[in-house]
Amino acid sequence: MKSSFPFGKVLAGFSVCAASVLGMPAHAGVNIEHWQAPSGARVFFVENHALPIVDVQLDFAAGTAFDPPGKAGLASLTRDLLDLGAGAQDETAIANRLADLGAQLGGGADMDRASVSLRTLSAPETRGPALAILRDVVSLPRFPAAVVEREQARTIAALKEALTRPETLAARAFWSGMYAAHPYGVQSSPASLAALTRDDLRAFHARHYTAAAATVTLVGDLSRAEAEAVARELTAALPVSDTRQTTLPPLPAPPAAPAPAESRIAHPAAQAHVLLGMPAVRRGDPDYFPLLVGNYTLGGGGFVSRLVKEVRDKNGYAYSVYSYFMPLVQPGPFTIGLQTKKTQAKAALALTRETLTTFLADGPSEEELKAAKLNLVGSFPLRLDSNRKILDNVAAIGFYRMPLDYLDRYAENVEKVTAADVRAAFARHVQPAQLTTVVVGGE
Amino acid sequence: MRCTRLIPLLSLLLAPLLVQANPFEYQLANGLRVIVKEDRRAPTAVHMVWYRVGSIDEKNGLTGVAHLLEHMMFKGTPNVGPGEFNRRVAAAGGRDNAFTNRDYTAYFQQTPKEQLEEMMRLEADRMRHLSLDPKEFAQEIKVVMEERRMRTDDQPQALLFEQMNAVAFQAHPYRAPVIGWMNDLENMTAEDARDWYDRWYVPNNAYVVVVGDVDHDAVFRLAEAYYGPLAPRALPVRKPQEEPAQLGMRRLLVKAPAELPVVLMAYKAPVIRDVANDVDPYALEMLSAILDGHEGARFPKRLVKEQRIAVNAGAGYDSTSRGPGMFFVQGSPSAGRTPAELEAAFRAEIVRIQQHGVDADELARARAQLIAGEIYKLDSMFAQAMEIGQLESVGISYRDNTRLIDKLKAVTAADVQTAARRYLNDDALTVGVLDPQPLPSAPRPRSGPAPRH
Repeated sequence: MKSSFPFGKVLAGFSVCAASVLGMPAHAGVNIEHWQAPSGARVFFVENHALPIVDVQLDFAAGTAFDPPGKAGLASLTRDLLDLGAGAQDETAIANRLADLGAQLGGGADMDRASVSLRTLSAPETRGPALAILRDVVSLPRFPAAVVEREQARTIAALKEALTRPETLAARAFWSGMYAAHPYGVQSSPASLAALTRDDLRAFHARHYTAAAATVTLVGDLSRAEAEAVARELTAALPVSDTRQTTLPPLPAPPAAPAPAESRIAHPAAQAHVLLGMPAVRRGDPDYFPLLVGNYTLGGGGFVSRLVKEVRDKNGYAYSVYSYFMPLVQPGPFTIGLQTKKTQAKAALALTRETLTTFLADGPSEEELKAAKLNLVGSFPLRLDSNRKILDNVAAIGFYRMPLDYLDRYAENVEKVTAADVRAAFARHVQPAQLTTVVVGGE
Repeated sequence: MRCTRLIPLLSLLLAPLLVQANPFEYQLANGLRVIVKEDRRAPTAVHMVWYRVGSIDEKNGLTGVAHLLEHMMFKGTPNVGPGEFNRRVAAAGGRDNAFTNRDYTAYFQQTPKEQLEEMMRLEADRMRHLSLDPKEFAQEIKVVMEERRMRTDDQPQALLFEQMNAVAFQAHPYRAPVIGWMNDLENMTAEDARDWYDRWYVPNNAYVVVVGDVDHDAVFRLAEAYYGPLAPRALPVRKPQEEPAQLGMRRLLVKAPAELPVVLMAYKAPVIRDVANDVDPYALEMLSAILDGHEGARFPKRLVKEQRIAVNAGAGYDSTSRGPGMFFVQGSPSAGRTPAELEAAFRAEIVRIQQHGVDADELARARAQLIAGEIYKLDSMFAQAMEIGQLESVGISYRDNTRLIDKLKAVTAADVQTAARRYLNDDALTVGVLDPQPLPSAPRPRSGPAPRH
């Protein structure tokens, strides 16, 4: 909490796109070493001794898409409880010990993944105890009944608060509109959270936090031998699942042609929140690069996209307007979003649709294509200029089983995209007639 | 080019001090200072231009003009047309943006290192040659009003903070929001922006910070070439506008659509004015860490986990600013508990520290986090540039950073108790409460599938 808040010219969509891990270009890639730990966990390591820091992340196929039917919210609550009592230590002991060491635990759950990360100083007397805590947190969470009940209450309180916010209402209606009964469309409610039990959490952990399903990513001040020892110890005590369960049942495919739906939700906010989109692209889809390059021109390229020019610069309709693709294990969404004064929601939505339709019809001009490539290729070094960024990228490569030379070949994959490729890829993945549209607030 | 010769010479003579020579500094004849921190870990650089002007310098009726001008800085010069700045940065493989705060306005680009010269050319051009076209202004002021709606009008907690500042400060310009009051934005003109630009955007009111895979001598030469020709101009006199002493507790209530109440308590507090001799601001920083620095700190442990009176509880304090400081305490009560009960619980925690002080291991823990945090900061070029820029913006030299850390490490349990006794008192306290209002209608989609659980 700060006493003053910086007001920047930031576009929400820009940061969203920057966070999308598939967006990395490549000349000087990263040397990723890869092996399998004795536990079966897949390990990815980038050695870098420039700073006395070690970053570690464990990823499990334990995201919200794995919530069992009727138990929406279980994956997130399980993740939240991991470090609130584990091994021999209660939650306060863990928090105090980490603070004593100057170490930081992080992570969370998204649709596909549950992540637990640790940043620690690399000196053995710091690193050792910090990694021991991480091992207990992922392997031996205690899920104390009183803590489970308390965190359930806090999560419900936070959700009830979020359900008063226009952006939350918009996002929930958007995902459920796009995905219907598919796990990506199912969301927790105060009732579903209240019904979860400690046994649910224990069972979810035992089933999903297994070594066989884990990826371990290590970046920083370790030798290969040290990294091997760390990965071995970190994953040695993970739950052992019965072999039939080591491969999770695949997620069902999302609706191939979702019915176009338009939701309007009343809200007193000064701005209407507008979202348009549809399930579009999975990780590893060969169309990904044409979509990435094309979207730069449409609404991904920070301040220079068509959406920003039309909606923000020419008409002053919005501070933030953007589009992006979020590739997931199953096809993740293409999204366009904006916020605008409620009286002009209709006009802004019409202009946004028109901008999309025009782009789908004429695609990027040669000049726009060139600009997109210049930026996507040219900005590649910025995607990898810290250990933290390298960790994020390599963890995604490992979890989603992308090729290890993905970063090295990024520039080449961007460069070879043609305007015809962009038009064809958009035609395959974005159909205006099938878009889900959500407007929260507005008149 | 005095520094370009002097620094390499110094480093030859004092080889062990080489590390301390980085960052490097150089001042142009027009008053512009250039601070360069070499960080060779990746082939990129961040370039920032900081102007010592923020909402603190605004007058009544013109709130928000500092931030509006920041937006207009992207709207063109005679050499670089509207939107062209962003296009050129993008073509260079860069990312750019800007931010306005109470004490400063800053612009930055992150680019491959080879593009630093192009960034300097662009920034130097708009430092003195902005077009401020009334047509561009007419569009951009609408964007800024949308930004205000998004960040403040539709954010209950932001409204609470805005109202808190307006009540806690009566004379000092910190009473007005950085984004500006909506009515001031509605009545702002291109001429207001022009006056602001002419008054404050001069090289002698700016400094440049570069962090990255660069050679400091080369950066100084580029700065001389691009920023050197810009003429300085005398700055307007800045009056202190000191806030009169608060004479008793103040309270405010903000009603907005929400579910959870929020309790926000703000105590008037000192900030660092004398890096070497101040004690209290450092003690308050450590107090903030002891209350809220990690999950086992006092507020999360006692109020959220043990007493379960709050669903969240935190503390915040910034020891560096041009204007007066505040020590904040904030939280939301658990279901069935009231804001008044939470306020009482916060007060009880504060009284406990005033009466019994803090434990040595609590202080040691805060210190360990501080030391590790200094190392972690080195992983981000952007964070290193921000640190230099922010210190300089309040008149503290970047060179004093090490000393600031040493002063924090030297804080004793007695210092913390003394500061808590001295500043966390009712007479200098303002208490704000967010009173949540139900949404007028149940939020149900009118068509399309209903959310399922």
